[in-house]
Amino acid sequence: MGAHHDTHDHGHSAGSHDHGSHASYIKGFILSVILTALPFGLVMAGGFENRLLTVALIVGFAVVQILIHMVYFLHMTAKHEEGWTLMSTLFTLIVVVIMLAGSIWVMYHMNTNMMPKMNHEALQGFGS
Amino acid sequence: MADVPGAQPTTFLLGRLNWDAIPKDPIIWVTFAAVVLGGIVVLGALTKYRLWGYLWKEWFTSVDHKKIGIMYIALALVMFVRGFADALMMRLQQVWAFNGSEGYLNSHHYDQVFTAHGVIMIFFVAMPFITGLMNYLVPLQIGARDVSFPFLNNFSFWMTVGGAVITMASLFIGEFAQTGWLAFPPLSGLQSSPYVGVDYYIWGLQVAGVGTTLSGINLLVTILKMRAPGMTMMRLPIFTWTSLCANVLIVASFPVLTMTLILLTLDRYLGTAFFTNEAGGNSMMYVNLIWIWGHPEVYILILPLFGVFSEVTSTFSGKRLFGYSSMVYATVCITILSYVVWLHHFFTMGSGASVNAFFGITTMIISIPTGAKLFNWLFTMYKGRIRYELPMMWTLAFMLTFTVGGMTGVLLAVPPADFVLHNSLFLVAHFHNVIIGGVLFGLFAAINFWWPKAFGFRLNVFWGKVSFWFWVVGFWMAFMPLYVLGLMGVTRRLRVFEDPSYQIWFGVAAFGAVLIAVGIAAMFVQFGVSIWKRNDPAMRDETGDPWDGRTLEWATSSPPPDYNFAFTPVSHGLDTWWDMKREGAARPVGKYHAIHMPKNTGTGVVLSAIATVFGMAMIWYIWWLAVLSFAGLVVVAIWHTFNYNRDFYIPVTEIEAKEAARTKQLQAAAGV
Repeated sequence: MGAHHDTHDHGHSAGSHDHGSHASYIKGFILSVILTALPFGLVMAGGFENRLLTVALIVGFAVVQILIHMVYFLHMTAKHEEGWTLMSTLFTLIVVVIMLAGSIWVMYHMNTNMMPKMNHEALQGFGS
Repeated sequence: MADVPGAQPTTFLLGRLNWDAIPKDPIIWVTFAAVVLGGIVVLGALTKYRLWGYLWKEWFTSVDHKKIGIMYIALALVMFVRGFADALMMRLQQVWAFNGSEGYLNSHHYDQVFTAHGVIMIFFVAMPFITGLMNYLVPLQIGARDVSFPFLNNFSFWMTVGGAVITMASLFIGEFAQTGWLAFPPLSGLQSSPYVGVDYYIWGLQVAGVGTTLSGINLLVTILKMRAPGMTMMRLPIFTWTSLCANVLIVASFPVLTMTLILLTLDRYLGTAFFTNEAGGNSMMYVNLIWIWGHPEVYILILPLFGVFSEVTSTFSGKRLFGYSSMVYATVCITILSYVVWLHHFFTMGSGASVNAFFGITTMIISIPTGAKLFNWLFTMYKGRIRYELPMMWTLAFMLTFTVGGMTGVLLAVPPADFVLHNSLFLVAHFHNVIIGGVLFGLFAAINFWWPKAFGFRLNVFWGKVSFWFWVVGFWMAFMPLYVLGLMGVTRRLRVFEDPSYQIWFGVAAFGAVLIAVGIAAMFVQFGVSIWKRNDPAMRDETGDPWDGRTLEWATSSPPPDYNFAFTPVSHGLDTWWDMKREGAARPVGKYHAIHMPKNTGTGVVLSAIATVFGMAMIWYIWWLAVLSFAGLVVVAIWHTFNYNRDFYIPVTEIEAKEAARTKQLQAAAGV
């Protein structure tokens, strides 16, 4: 036991609580407005010939805006909180993707294999 | 209660609670009488010796992580006795019900017994045990004064107690689930389980689950934010590392359990069709979801104990842990991999060869980091001066037992083999092999290792050894026959048997269970004798470091003062306390500062009591009480936010007095 100081009584030391600057909030806000206005404008102007392309663009803008929110408003970058916010975000994403994709994959196969209409003749191997 | 009709009569005042809720079973009456008599004796003694005020002020309302940790472990021990009583009843029934005999338990009762055994042992024994251990040790190991959110910690504990109370109440009022410990639909649906059993299961777990999730968040934040200066992540004691990973798993997986149970609740209460066979529901989705929680849960239980074994092995071998960083990476690997193996719990459900192959392979892969850990422990012992104290004995027993359990696990991970062994007693033997051999043996190692830290005196060695040998021999006697029976084709959860050739194996297993009972009794005798002789100088721990330890918890006195450390320690490397001893660092004394501490509060007890009432009201369909108690929860929670009188300073004079006494104690110990 050494040093006679007592910094972590309250669980946080100076500098670790960076809540972003005024400018970064404005930047995030302006980017969000642009990313909201663009898809709106796209739909109001009637959209492209190819409907799929329109939908894909709208989804694309939404995903980018989610990232903007995460970086500018939720501070999920490598700089904040010693990188723990970014790390926990990545972990959450990995787990959520595993759970969702895994469940869909598992249930899809189960559905194909176990439904009454399945083709027993075409299946081969143990446990198919 | 086979005669319970599908739709029970309900009244406004008491819902479906009426005289029929009292079980008509002499076994339960005798138990009830014993509980009431025992309860009267305990409550009477508490009143006679005027302990109520002491308990309330010093323990129940305490926000001290050390006291909450001890209370968690006390809860786990009480529930352990109940869970083990269920195990003995099953063993007796299964050895009895041969040659046309029905045994002594009817199917309604027997099905509740095996369900309660599983639920209690996992949720109310193993979970509180490891939570208590983490609570007690993590702040001490990282040189902190408490956890990040001390009030939340107290609240979490009492929510766990609330869940336990709901589960125990089912023994005497109504019934418990008869579905097995994971309550798969359609069996757990309203059609097959119309009475209160599954509702007890749901609300007991939901109330306790709030506590588990919150304490997971609490410990996670504590480890990330409150480490002593200089203690980087790669200098964390290994137990704290494994606790960190276990809490990451808790935070990421318990919400899945909560959601799955909410969906089942909606099916049962509002007639939705998530897991029914009609209206587009799919009961297999429940199995899928609950194992997405269930498999990480297995690692939540075992990871902290891997940490315990690491600390014990390196302390009693007198060596630094072999391969610290590989141990850390193995733990992190297990944390991630534990999310991609869940389907091995239902290979036989019919997802087909490609899905089964994927999950079979991931399951085999996850045994690699676990194997690496075992080699690390072996290499730590290699050329060490091993002291065969009780914690080390439990660790050795773990290594042998757990390895066998791990190998049968890899066997079960092969999908074609699983088609034969699925749902058999082989599986039951496997998971008892890893949970008893891993989790329980680890907890016993931990109790023997850290008891002197918590109470200031060592545990009796003789009774500890009696307990050890009865446990280890009893375990092998009780579970090896189940492997044999599983290979003979006996499925789990059976109540009566046709084939008389099984009886001898069940007989051996029952005898093993009796040996384990002796082992448990010896453990309580060990506690009793140790407490009785606590002032024996040979058993006292005056130095605070009885085992020549390596990590920071051994740097303070036994038991530690409220504030843990008078000065915040600074870490310069792994095994901080070992370094300090080697460099001859002097205990810092001198100009103390007043220490800022959180104040005790009874709000946690009040909130969890209301939550327990809410759970009971939901179980019995007493809607007015459910609404009222839920509103009460919200009001009390908001009211607590206006309590600004939450902290105080321990005055310098008090710290000076305590530290001076400690100096004297150390001088006296050194003089001996």
